[in-house]
Amino acid sequence: MRVIVSATSGVPLYEQIVEQVRQQIMAGELAAGAALPSLRVLAGELRVSLITTTRAYNDLAAEGLIVNVPGKGSFVAEFDPDEARRGALARAREGLRQVVARARPTGLVSLEELTGMIEEEWER
Amino acid sequence: MNTVGNVVEATGLVKHRGEFTLGPLDLHIPRGFVTGMVGANGSGKTTTLRTLLGLIRADAGSITIPPAGEVGIAFDQPFLLPDWRIRDAVAVYAGFRPGWDQEWFDRLCRRFGLRADAKVKELSRGEGNKLTIALAMSNHPELLILDEPTSGLDPAARADLSDLLREHMRREDASLLFSTHITSDLEHFADYLVFIDAGSIVYSGRLDDLVQDFAYIHGSLEDLTRNNAPLIRGLRRGRGSFDGIIRTADTAEFGSGVQIDAPTIEQIVVHHQRRNNEED
Repeated sequence: MRVIVSATSGVPLYEQIVEQVRQQIMAGELAAGAALPSLRVLAGELRVSLITTTRAYNDLAAEGLIVNVPGKGSFVAEFDPDEARRGALARAREGLRQVVARARPTGLVSLEELTGMIEEEWER
Repeated sequence: MNTVGNVVEATGLVKHRGEFTLGPLDLHIPRGFVTGMVGANGSGKTTTLRTLLGLIRADAGSITIPPAGEVGIAFDQPFLLPDWRIRDAVAVYAGFRPGWDQEWFDRLCRRFGLRADAKVKELSRGEGNKLTIALAMSNHPELLILDEPTSGLDPAARADLSDLLREHMRREDASLLFSTHITSDLEHFADYLVFIDAGSIVYSGRLDDLVQDFAYIHGSLEDLTRNNAPLIRGLRRGRGSFDGIIRTADTAEFGSGVQIDAPTIEQIVVHHQRRNNEED
């Protein structure tokens, strides 16, 4: 596992860890069953706090990318591309549902405007 | 994770020292994490640590802490006899520490550049600090309690110490509680923070959350009113502008003209300490 974090990038440190590990799992560089460094070892190496690595591993586990086994450590989960796509779509829909629930009742934002905003964010 | 629970707990802790009163304090130091303690000189940090350890007797309150053999401690005041050589002083000290790891201690000394034949009184302040920290770590205690471990250290030695403390934290159940004046010691290292001011706890919780609980506010003097000015800690008035720290919850008391930013730990601590100057 290769992770490099930047304290000045503006992206939260735990998110940087999540993104890099996710990418390596998706690309097959980290195979299913591979052991990840312990939370404490990773915190020491990256010079970040334990809460940061804990949050990153918890987020990766919530995405189903890794499995945290109490007392044993963290391992790359069995990875099924279809399943991963379904998961990503479900999370995207959940996020969009919240956006719509917040925007539509105001009567101040049109669907066209919302779609436009999604496009802008997509290109960002 | 098997790190739930607290390694140290204190309830209703009170200690009178002359004019100064510490507490009543409730303290919870989470097991398996790094907790930093900040506050001005005389705010009660050292008294708190010493009282938790039973080095001074509390006037009230209850304390739960691991047995002495499982707690490594290092305080600013050296406790070794000045005329002794490090080697001899350590041999005596080691006899009282179950689980003493001489090989590890020797490695720490080499790393810190401490010579075993040097006399305790010949050590510089920084060297004395390193020695007490090496002594505290050398039986691999479950809990390390360090009082201003980085004071008197140059930047290279501070970085070295920080690496060492991170190594201590690799052990699954290791906990660390340390006080400091240097807020950069805390960044990307401490998980929790205890902020003490005038014998009371201002904040105790996750370091990440501190930055959300407080805000750095700056604006022009006409934004200040009789009602909102007292909400600002460490209010600093310039010719036309002001700045200070507020509780994030009080943001609504200020007009839309003010600028509100995420504070640094340093800003929070510094402005809190300045509070009384303005009131005088």
